[in-house]
Amino acid sequence: MTFADFADYFWRNRGLMGEYFLQHVQMVAAGVGLALLAGVPLGILCMRGRWTARLVLAVTGILQVVPSLAMLVLLMLWMGLGNATVMAGLFLYSLNPIVRNTYVGLQQVSGSLIDAARGVGMSRWQQLWRVRVPLALPYMMTGLRVAAVIAIGVATIAPLVGGDGLGREVYAGINGQNSLRIYSGALPAALLAIVADIGLGALQRRLDPAAARSRRPRAGGGASGKDGADAAVPPVPKAQG
Amino acid sequence: MTMIQIRDVNKRYDDGFHALKNINLEFRQGEMTVLIGPSGCGKSTTMRLVNRLVSPTSGTVEIGGRDIRSIDPVELRRSIGYVIQSVGLFPHMTIGRNVAVVPRLKRWDADKTARRVDELLDMVGLKPDLYRDRYPSELSGGQQQRVGVVRALAADPDIILMDEPFSALDPLSREQLQEDVARLQQELHKTIVFVTHDMDEALKIADRIVLMKDGEVVQSDTPDRMLRRPANDFVRTFIGQKRLEAGGAADVAEREAGPDLGGFVMADGPTVNDVMVTQPAVTYPGRGLAEAITTMERRKVDSLYVVDRQRKLLGSVSIYNVMDSYGDEDKTVADVMMPVRYSVQSGTPLTQAVELLASHRLHNVAVIDEDSRFIGLITRGSVVRHLAEKLPHGDNGEEPGSSTGLGPQGGNREEHS
Repeated sequence: MTFADFADYFWRNRGLMGEYFLQHVQMVAAGVGLALLAGVPLGILCMRGRWTARLVLAVTGILQVVPSLAMLVLLMLWMGLGNATVMAGLFLYSLNPIVRNTYVGLQQVSGSLIDAARGVGMSRWQQLWRVRVPLALPYMMTGLRVAAVIAIGVATIAPLVGGDGLGREVYAGINGQNSLRIYSGALPAALLAIVADIGLGALQRRLDPAAARSRRPRAGGGASGKDGADAAVPPVPKAQG
Repeated sequence: MTMIQIRDVNKRYDDGFHALKNINLEFRQGEMTVLIGPSGCGKSTTMRLVNRLVSPTSGTVEIGGRDIRSIDPVELRRSIGYVIQSVGLFPHMTIGRNVAVVPRLKRWDADKTARRVDELLDMVGLKPDLYRDRYPSELSGGQQQRVGVVRALAADPDIILMDEPFSALDPLSREQLQEDVARLQQELHKTIVFVTHDMDEALKIADRIVLMKDGEVVQSDTPDRMLRRPANDFVRTFIGQKRLEAGGAADVAEREAGPDLGGFVMADGPTVNDVMVTQPAVTYPGRGLAEAITTMERRKVDSLYVVDRQRKLLGSVSIYNVMDSYGDEDKTVADVMMPVRYSVQSGTPLTQAVELLASHRLHNVAVIDEDSRFIGLITRGSVVRHLAEKLPHGDNGEEPGSSTGLGPQGGNREEHS
């Protein structure tokens, strides 16, 4: 097999490949998108108290450590075969990085800023939306980025539970012992993960008006400018996928 | 008139810590009251009672005769200015947004808010066009805290709380900010509660000082009375120890008499600006005599120039003027000061100033700018130092070039080391 063979195969099947690719992106976007919608409020909920935070983080943490194949199979038993099962799995998988990073982001806002916010007369709600959330945005974006990259990987096993996407091509290749087809599924998936990582990374820096110009409180040694902003990215939770 | 009344307030925390013990205080309208004491003495806690950031375990706080428990805390805080240490600006908001925080919370319309922001930035010498859209991190610490101060003024509150606002600043910016605040207070007459641990700062800006220790008020008095009649040894040590520390760091003698220079004429005339001492010791007309003596001791000088808040020269007092009337506690600097008979304009050749010194046997001559603001002082010492810098030494001929390059700053730096 040469690269020419691969290119030839891929080109001849470009319609199907495009369709798989699109399905892949859709499943990931739906799963991660739902996780964002649910995860950010859950992260905010964690601010209510230490015990709430422990409970929420424990539950999402457990979801995260279930092996991806087991998760999808368990969901399949309950939800049946199909894309919905895959999306539910991706949703559960993405919760932990998003909730945890949201919570960390909200927590790291310096106490004196919250004191200032209270002192100038912001209600709790305004303290949250005008001070904590804007300052936590880069952290939330980190969570989203980690979740997306994991989800793109997990989504390749979708065909095992009746889902679509680039995994179809991979499994077809495995079953038919056709490495051309395995490459045709695996390479675009890998590329998608890299592009998502870079793209969301850029968006993360963009969404952070303060970071572009400021020394964030936790940035190492008050380093100035863009380096300082990058240093403010929190440690990401261990990914498993 | 009493603006804020704190009555029988106790504060006990859940862990049993008795932070405030039976506090009774009143803060008068239009006065700057400084709460001071060692760390952990309860000064910040006391201040935070006023905007309900701390609620008392027992006792009441009244503003304008009204118990503040009857006011919604969020509304209350919007009507009280609040300044904290330098980190208080929101890093994700521009300077304009930061200043506009309270007006926006109060839902002022956009035009009115924008006008107010520009007006306030102007007030502390930050050009609105230049600074409005910058982020806090793009400003120096001193500039940031100036923004912090005007943010507190934005909605024109009657009361302003300041919690060690300048403690994180370098000494120069701190001095500048203290003068800014004193100047603003002269115009605005707010009721200000100011927390600090720096006695020099307190003596400089306070109308009234409240000294606290272990959650209790030890003495509450005007700065002058506190210096004259410290209530007990603790007050004495607190003032004394602080003064000693300040004295150690302060500049050395500024007005020592030098040898008579006669009619010495420089070849290529430097101006008085090159030679003058730029941070001369000054006092203000409303200051008490004991305060004046403290300033003299701290700066190690025997006379002070009296200026108003715009630094216009009003007169001068010597230690003799002060000592003659020291027994009269009601007298202030304004009552004993003498008019200034000799001063020179900024840009005057040094030779004229030296002639003035010589022919009238003066110890020093004040330098004023075109708006008659007091900007510096020519002393015999400063002239001698300048000459020493400029004149070539007989034994090392290669030196003069480099020492001329150093210029007058070299002389001044020496003065302050």
